[in-house]
Amino acid sequence: MTTATTKRRRLVNLRNFPTFTATSWAVLIFLYLPLVYVIGYSFNSGRMVMIWEGFSLHWYTVAIQDINIQRALTNSLKIAVVATTLSTVLAVLASLGLVRMARNGKRIAWALIGIPLIIPEIVLAIGTLAFFMAVKIPLGIFGLILAHTAFCIPFALLPIRARLSQLDAAPFEAAYDLGANDREILRRITLPLLSPAIVSGALLAFAISIDDFITSFFIAGPGATTLPVYIFGMIRSNVTPEVNAISTLLLLFSGIVLISSYVLNRVRR
Amino acid sequence: MTAINVATESPALQNEQMRPGQTSPRLALPTVLFLVATIAVPIAITFVYSFLSTADIGTGVKWDFTLSAYRHLFVQDKLDGTTAFDTRYVKVIWNSFVYSAITTVVTLILSLPIAMWIATRAESARNFLVAAVTLPFWISILIRTYGLRQLIDDNGPVGGVFHRLGLDYHIIYTPTATVIGLIYVFLPFMILPIYASAERFDFSLAEAGYDLGAKRMTVFRKIVLPSIRPGIISGIALVFIPALGSFLQSDMLGGGKANMIANVIANQFGQSRNWPFGCALSVLLIGLTVLFVQIIRGISARSGDQVNLV
Amino acid sequence: MTSSYLAISNIKKSFNTPEGGTVHALDDVTLDIQSGEFFVMLGPSGCGKTTLLRSIAGLEYPDSGVITLDGQRIDDIPAYNRPVNTVFQSYALFPHMTVAQNIAFGLEMEKLDKAEITSRVGLALEQVKLAGYEKRKSSQLSGGQAQRVALARALAKKPKVLLLDEPLSALDLKLRRGMQIELKRLQQETGITFVFVTHDQEEAMSMGDRIAVFNSGKVVQLDTPREIYRRPVNSFVADFIGETNLLDGVAGTDGITLPGGGMLLRSQVAEDCAIPDSGAITVAIRPEDFEITDTHGAITGTVRDSIFTGDTVRIHVTVTPEVEVAVSLPSYGARIPDRGEKVSLSPSGNSARTVAS
Repeated sequence: MTTATTKRRRLVNLRNFPTFTATSWAVLIFLYLPLVYVIGYSFNSGRMVMIWEGFSLHWYTVAIQDINIQRALTNSLKIAVVATTLSTVLAVLASLGLVRMARNGKRIAWALIGIPLIIPEIVLAIGTLAFFMAVKIPLGIFGLILAHTAFCIPFALLPIRARLSQLDAAPFEAAYDLGANDREILRRITLPLLSPAIVSGALLAFAISIDDFITSFFIAGPGATTLPVYIFGMIRSNVTPEVNAISTLLLLFSGIVLISSYVLNRVRR
Repeated sequence: MTAINVATESPALQNEQMRPGQTSPRLALPTVLFLVATIAVPIAITFVYSFLSTADIGTGVKWDFTLSAYRHLFVQDKLDGTTAFDTRYVKVIWNSFVYSAITTVVTLILSLPIAMWIATRAESARNFLVAAVTLPFWISILIRTYGLRQLIDDNGPVGGVFHRLGLDYHIIYTPTATVIGLIYVFLPFMILPIYASAERFDFSLAEAGYDLGAKRMTVFRKIVLPSIRPGIISGIALVFIPALGSFLQSDMLGGGKANMIANVIANQFGQSRNWPFGCALSVLLIGLTVLFVQIIRGISARSGDQVNLV
Repeated sequence: MTSSYLAISNIKKSFNTPEGGTVHALDDVTLDIQSGEFFVMLGPSGCGKTTLLRSIAGLEYPDSGVITLDGQRIDDIPAYNRPVNTVFQSYALFPHMTVAQNIAFGLEMEKLDKAEITSRVGLALEQVKLAGYEKRKSSQLSGGQAQRVALARALAKKPKVLLLDEPLSALDLKLRRGMQIELKRLQQETGITFVFVTHDQEEAMSMGDRIAVFNSGKVVQLDTPREIYRRPVNSFVADFIGETNLLDGVAGTDGITLPGGGMLLRSQVAEDCAIPDSGAITVAIRPEDFEITDTHGAITGTVRDSIFTGDTVRIHVTVTPEVEVAVSLPSYGARIPDRGEKVSLSPSGNSARTVAS
């Protein structure tokens, strides 16, 4: 019975193209294998990141108790929280204002907002370094907050802009018709309708800020080392599974932030 | 092209302006001013500094106008006072080009199948797979590159497989490792725009192709590929342009041999302490970026495809 | 006639098209709407009726003209201060609010106190028979329920005029019939002036106290449903309202010669229609106004098909190769001619009309 069915020519799925499935799986594995490796070796009990000796949470205790990591994490969180707040506020203001801005003004504003997405980060980083030195802004947390806010704005703006373009004019007209003026419409209709996108954008900005390396590397200065900058230093000097442990914690954290953003973006449907 | 844009944009703009509850454009002013200060001014300073001289002591610049930073790209002043043509930086620029080009081609070859494959899955699987491809996009490049370094290290698992097969294996701290790193980091940038095009592709067109007697590869080449061209163009731009200015991959995987533009720039602000030269390289990188953005714009305008760069 | 309540005078509004042309959405429209009236604006899509409604609401600004309500000029008042409210075609419920919050919104804008708002929300929900739905999210409502909430939301404001922009077009036929009756009842109970926009002539006929028929930015005819049906001013109205056979005839001293050579006598044409002694003229005869006559009628032809629709039978009669007329006969009583049979038709009484083309 089985031979009969196998002998029959299999009907191929015409939506599949040969080797596409295999390539896709290979690509997915390629994308995640390095992350799996980092996470896996964070549980290594030995000192080496290449030789597996046994399962242990030892390096997590080391990482959590590492005073330098604690300092770097505190810096990262301070910068990320303030930069996220500032960039979200500025993104909301920009999204509301740009709708009615004249065409040329709009074009210039969008170009300005889009620059961090196109120009290599190192260019902006050294430009910002030179700028801070020229106007005597000390390297440190304050400068980092300014720089992070700048490149977080486009990310905070992405979901807000998408949401704004999907909004139907009818509820706004209805509110107007029911006696709400522009200010009341903003408070009662526009902002509540945008709120999932605003939160989603804030989470993206947060993820970008907390993960940033290049800008922070150039303008952190000695006192304001962020977690990625500290991890970079650890990788350069002595690699132990502690790097993997703290990286895993950072991955976990970004993962939670990103998944929340993703879920929020989908809930609105 | 501009004239066409104006004509097609105006009715939408009219409608936008009619919607009640809209706020004054002045609201955007703080953001615009902030971005002028934190983005436009630093770029302007980079430009100005590239025409200045290095400071006599320490870091920074001296306000002496000179073209020596740009001259430094091609000419070396020897200690004995003679000058010679210097190929080091030309090579670096060329390397950055070649690495980015290889990265673009390889990511394109890998992304076409996976983008099409995801687009043909059932909806729930599709959402999951898109999320799976998008996630690395947002995860720390540093950690991803570190993981890759462990993976392809001589003593890592890939090396282990080669050793067991009795083959020589040494990739880490070579240009090959840099390129693998670039491919790894920029893959999602190619997959996502192509997927976005592929998802909109109407498969009944492919079915019509089969119905009319075309074989599968013909259908792919003649029907599918032209339909997803806007995504491919976007993907090429989104991979090639940032790859050109990438820093971490050649630093961590290429052995810090400063073989891409960004690494040389970083050096000028670190050990080499030649800010004007670093700024000149930055200006060059901005110029190349703008040039490629314009090329992509030109291609998309000529083919009439809607290509999104941001 | 009572004096006008909502007076629309010489309203003009034009739009630029993407191709660079200009469309006159409203071309010098003047209308008087009376207090407590159920007023219907009817016309095909793009005729300007919705633009006029939105101009009354304040969502669109006319290029010129004046709108007064109860003696007060309102066209220069912003929409949020006009004592009129709208029921939108897409309902336009606020998706992030509950039913009660939606209805309370307009009352909160008037800064009424909480107790007053609660009681008026409750009353409005009772009026639309949705008591108990306060806590529902607007996304959890069916189309018909969303429609009622939109209605309650506008009525709760106690507007001087309620504007309804094709409010029933998204509902299925059965629900639509029910809502038509309910809207009519609500209008009579509240005594509020309703201005109702629709493209459905049956809906307009069954609901309106008066109907303004729009075409190409102009009011073509303004009258009661009965008058518009019985006395259409031109072939557009005759054709748009109900169904009609438009026949190209030639006027003579005896009457009008119709296609196929038959003669329509002057006595068969309504008295208010003037017939010149010569020249081309358009004759309108409704399908139900035809009778089958034994002797030579105004029209003779061959029955092409007959369709049984329940209470009537519709037959199509081929008069000449180019001209066909539709006839509606009661399905009981008179004999229904068979397919292929030669028939002779005449308008009953003086039911034929001449219309301007």
